[in-house]
Amino acid sequence: MDLMIFTTAPWLNVQAIFDGIMIGAVFSLIAYGMALIWGVMKIINVCQGEYVILGGYITFYLYNTYGINPLYTIPAASLFVFLVSFAIYKLVIVKVIERDLFVSILATFGLSIIIQQLMNTIFGADVEVAQSGLGTEFLFDNMVTVPVTRVFSLIIAVLVAAIVVIFMHYSKLGRAIRATSQNKRAAKVLGVDTDKVYGYTYAINGAICGVAGSLVAMTFTLHPYIGLPYTIRSFMIVITAGLGNFAAIITSGMGLGILEQYADYIIGTQFRIGFVFLLLVFIIIWRSRKLLKKREYLK
Amino acid sequence: MKKDLVILLIILLIGITSPFLFPNFVVNLSVVWLFILFSLTWDVQGGQMGYNSFGNIVFYGLGMYTCALVQVGLFFSIGEWTEAGGEKTFLHTIPQYFTGLGVGLIFSSIIPVLSAIIVGLGLLRVRGQYFAIGTLGLGIAAGEIASGIEVIGGGQGMTVPIWPRAAGTTDLRNLVFYYLSFASFLGTFLFLRWIYQTRFGLTLNAIRDDEDKAEAMGIPTMRYKIIGWCISAFFLGISGALMGNMNGYIDPIDGAFTGSTVGLWMIIMALLGGKGTLWGPIIGAVLFYFFKEFFWMQFLGWQYVALGLLVVVVVVFFPEGLMGWLKRKFPEKFGEVVDKERTSGIHLD
Amino acid sequence: MKTFRKTMTCLLSTFALFLCFSSAGYTKVDGDTILLGAAVSLTGKYSTNGKHTKNGYDLAVKLINDRGGVKVKGKKYKLAIKYYDDESNSSRAKELAERLIKQDNIKFLLGPYSSGLTKAMAPIIDAAGIPMVEANGASRSLFTKGYKYLFAVLSAANQYLESAIDLAAEKAKESGKKPSQVKVALAFEQDPFSLDVRLGVVEAAKRHGMKIVVDGKLPKALNDMSAILAKVKALRPDVLVVSGHSKGAMTAIKQIQEMKVDIPLLAMTHCDAAKINKKLGGGGEYTLCAAQWHKSLSYKDSYFGNGMDYAKRFEKVYKYDPPYQSAESSAALLVWKSAFERSNSFDTKKLRDALSKTNMQTFYGNIRFGKTGQNIAKPMVLFQVQNGKNAVVAPTEWASSKLIWPAPKWSERK
Repeated sequence: MDLMIFTTAPWLNVQAIFDGIMIGAVFSLIAYGMALIWGVMKIINVCQGEYVILGGYITFYLYNTYGINPLYTIPAASLFVFLVSFAIYKLVIVKVIERDLFVSILATFGLSIIIQQLMNTIFGADVEVAQSGLGTEFLFDNMVTVPVTRVFSLIIAVLVAAIVVIFMHYSKLGRAIRATSQNKRAAKVLGVDTDKVYGYTYAINGAICGVAGSLVAMTFTLHPYIGLPYTIRSFMIVITAGLGNFAAIITSGMGLGILEQYADYIIGTQFRIGFVFLLLVFIIIWRSRKLLKKREYLK
Repeated sequence: MKKDLVILLIILLIGITSPFLFPNFVVNLSVVWLFILFSLTWDVQGGQMGYNSFGNIVFYGLGMYTCALVQVGLFFSIGEWTEAGGEKTFLHTIPQYFTGLGVGLIFSSIIPVLSAIIVGLGLLRVRGQYFAIGTLGLGIAAGEIASGIEVIGGGQGMTVPIWPRAAGTTDLRNLVFYYLSFASFLGTFLFLRWIYQTRFGLTLNAIRDDEDKAEAMGIPTMRYKIIGWCISAFFLGISGALMGNMNGYIDPIDGAFTGSTVGLWMIIMALLGGKGTLWGPIIGAVLFYFFKEFFWMQFLGWQYVALGLLVVVVVVFFPEGLMGWLKRKFPEKFGEVVDKERTSGIHLD
Repeated sequence: MKTFRKTMTCLLSTFALFLCFSSAGYTKVDGDTILLGAAVSLTGKYSTNGKHTKNGYDLAVKLINDRGGVKVKGKKYKLAIKYYDDESNSSRAKELAERLIKQDNIKFLLGPYSSGLTKAMAPIIDAAGIPMVEANGASRSLFTKGYKYLFAVLSAANQYLESAIDLAAEKAKESGKKPSQVKVALAFEQDPFSLDVRLGVVEAAKRHGMKIVVDGKLPKALNDMSAILAKVKALRPDVLVVSGHSKGAMTAIKQIQEMKVDIPLLAMTHCDAAKINKKLGGGGEYTLCAAQWHKSLSYKDSYFGNGMDYAKRFEKVYKYDPPYQSAESSAALLVWKSAFERSNSFDTKKLRDALSKTNMQTFYGNIRFGKTGQNIAKPMVLFQVQNGKNAVVAPTEWASSKLIWPAPKWSERK
């Protein structure tokens, strides 16, 4: 237990909160995608994290082979994952919709294994990074470091989220998606091609993950097997915030980021992943206990 | 009843003779029995009770660690045993080894059951996908936490007491563990077969079919669910202990709390054979084991793609499993009387 | 009920058939080929290093065969390796050891990549009395269990970074400080290899009376260690030691560069394999790296020549500079060859005895096994990244450059 370090070095609090918010922004972005398909398609996408890492690898690939600055690869990564997830929708997901949620969990779990392995075969198991070359800023007499990449990813995350929200509200497809999520039958009766809506929703989630992946490639490192923690985090954010509540997703995403940073400082980095996963269990139990008083349960 | 006896005799015959028929495959055969045990115990939740758990692997890992810790702790200091990656070697004498193993097996069934009660009180109130994801989190958290605890070796893992050479060759050792595995499978099989025929089994099915109604009818569902989980934990704990001893080395993430390999396999095995039946998981496990061994040997480096494809194909296109398919094809053989005229319009899904 | 029985019989007969087929096949020496067995990681987290290992094995096999193979009892034999993929998973590695020995009937084994997997296989091969020459399992606990059939051509893991601590103590003395005033920060992954490296470092630090101010541990699946680095920044240690395979090295250097953490002496493992300096545009400058081998060392043998020749040959085939993981793997085959020829037999007992008497120089270094099967004739090397190149700075007899200490502050670097 390293609680003492916060008194000897008080700026670490600032650092932790800063880092937490910036990491949390990326988490929220991924979680927003998950909430979208969960809400609209009633599917839990376990390969969410793999889409993120896939997007990261696209950024890395362009950076590594063509020397393109990762900042400019974001659209490409986003588009690529958009297409991949659309193909996956056509092949697999289309058969999972309207089945038991467990089926979608298992099927996407299977997909995540395949994607992981393919990434390993194509890009190798080496750890990779894409350097954005943005440098670092310092606060408080050089004690708090603010890597510009992280600030940048915060901005991008907010921007993308804003675009998606605007898209949902004002475009025709966005309205169709929202209509389908509210009442599929009614939407169908009113002439919405729900099948198409599902396909695009799933692919839009892919595009969001692709952006997040680029950001992860710039701020952290990539590895074919590091996707699952991202899935779990976004799942956690979604169940704390609820489906479709955008502000809540952002706050709980950043809350998770900050909490994770503090856990890292206090109980040690080795327990960080374990902490995230245990937190998930506790949040689920806590939420269901609250509902239990009203004789309801998590649905 | 006579038929049942015949089946039992066949299983016994296979179980007892196969190590002599295939002496080079004793260890593989023990693993097959344990695999069957995994899918049978998963099916108690997933098939019979309708609670799809990704976290049953926790009990397996707990059993593995508990047994090893008891085996060591009875005679030596655990801290010294695991210090510096298990650098010092302590040798168990023959009586020490076997008492350790015996006591270890007892504890490795008790501790997982206790933890099943504690965890169950929280998690079994949660239903559906939340239960599935919650247990998934639990399984992975357990591995991460175990690899952070130094006294049990942390990420270094932990070695399990070595078979005393004076007691016999390693072939004998393998045989001993083979029969222990077989016995634990047989115990699981007989117990589950019995319990599925009692009121208890019916209650589990009632929970699966409609938990609210079951509760409304006055069934204390929570108690049944916890007992069901305890049954799984009991047998999985023992199987973990045996697997740990057969491996001789426990790795926290790759060996004990293997949520993404064995933890997933047990689900796939049950689904492959057909969940919610007694024989489905058994057939599924045997099929899966052969599939796995075959593909693993044939496609160096591609086996996980094959596994992923298997998962997707089974789940998406073949969710009822082999037994479910047989049942639909030949319902009469399963003792179900089908009124052709009345069901002709109904599509069984 | 009848269906059950039918299905059961059906299944069991396939089962029986399957077993019969799979048990037929390989024998230890088939015609004029000696078949060695190996489980290497082709998938999973170690797959990069697993491939380095396999490439090292293959290169040596090819070279030995091209030069006429192995001569036993007057007859020339070719070498061949039966590979399995252990998926970077210790329980799988253990199963494969079982399979190689029992079902494939292989009598001569090569090691997998990483200590954890070697640890899982060692009890099996030792109990079966099948000799294994391994090149990538460095954990010290492998050599304290009294295994008689396990031989490692590499130095034990605890020696990796001991000398870095010694260097720090030396430098402290030179600058007028006491070694006991030196503050050490640690960041180690939770896996057998790294924890063993940690063991050596902690022991060395204790010996010098140094104080460990940060003792960070990393989980296996993590790509962010900024919290540990923030602590390091706050407590200003004189030495930071990091180990966590290529992943740890990469993450550490990236984030140290990003957070501009000033450390006079940064030491780690696996910086070679990760090729970090190139990838991170010079972020790895002045880092001390521990390696089992470096191509500039002046060891020699009659097959590969010296290290530079090996590097050339390797690069020609695989298009990259050989990391030490490949070099030590190639050396393992040279050891096998010499053991076959010296014992002049295929008897595992005789081979074991011949292996234990190995005393030879290879391009990779001197190889002589101690009582416990560990190579005791070869020191570790420590190099520092200077101007983007690896310069050997320790041990002194091979040092090609002087250690740059303390590493310049980030604000002073261009």
